[in-house]
Amino acid sequence: MTVTAVHKDPAARTMILKAEFDASPERVWQLWADPRQLERWWGPPTYPATVTNHDLSVGGRVEYYMTGPEGDQPKAYWIVLEAEPPHRLVYLDGFANDDWSPNDELPGTTGRVSIEDIGGGRTRMTIESEFPTVEAMEQLLAMGMEEGLKGAVGQIDAILAEDRAGARP
Amino acid sequence: MQIAPPDFDRLFGALSDATRRDIVRRAIDGGEGVAELAGHYSMSFAAVQKHVAILERAGLITKERVGRRKVVRTNLEALRVARRLLDQYEQLWRDRVERMTTLLAESGKETDR
Repeated sequence: MTVTAVHKDPAARTMILKAEFDASPERVWQLWADPRQLERWWGPPTYPATVTNHDLSVGGRVEYYMTGPEGDQPKAYWIVLEAEPPHRLVYLDGFANDDWSPNDELPGTTGRVSIEDIGGGRTRMTIESEFPTVEAMEQLLAMGMEEGLKGAVGQIDAILAEDRAGARP
Repeated sequence: MQIAPPDFDRLFGALSDATRRDIVRRAIDGGEGVAELAGHYSMSFAAVQKHVAILERAGLITKERVGRRKVVRTNLEALRVARRLLDQYEQLWRDRVERMTTLLAESGKETDR
């Protein structure tokens, strides 16, 4: 099991998830720092992300859109609050209008990523997600993105199994 | 997708206090009335009564008549609703981590590390 721990705190509106990988911190950082790799894991197969702007320096922006099964393309962005490659990334993840300006009608989340070497060629990644308000949590999860996600769970398993078979014959 | 009742903030607000969370835990068995519950805490009966009222308004507990007594009982369904949103978010990140693992395995093979 890659995910080693999950702590959810409804009152504080946070979730902390820890995962371990057979890779170096530098390699795990690349999953975030290389936009082509980020695209391959950020969105589910039925709602893939396309990253159009990617600057992981402090104050920098990452811009991306997702493409849904109906052809809908919601835009979103990160504002990078902290960046210490390959160990720490803090970003605000929000939704954007068509011209990429922040859409303040929709809630954002703060993500705090820690990447640490735990020896033996393994790396622990900790993700702490914080929702600004309960309504934000509710609204974000009620959006179409998650519908696509939920519907795709069965397919994801199949796709991952194929990918693994291809990666480790 | 209907995932939240209209009084969602009230629900989380009610759960944001340690004493109230403790009351919710104790009332799962539903054997005690407000007076008995109050005996577990160093605060006044009135203060505990206030906490119970907040939990009741949030739908987290109900008062049920058992014989001549009124007992406080936790509404387990309301508790489940509170966790469901975070459960969905957990699944989103679990799926992302799975995809990351797949990517790392692929690149490990390519570079023969």
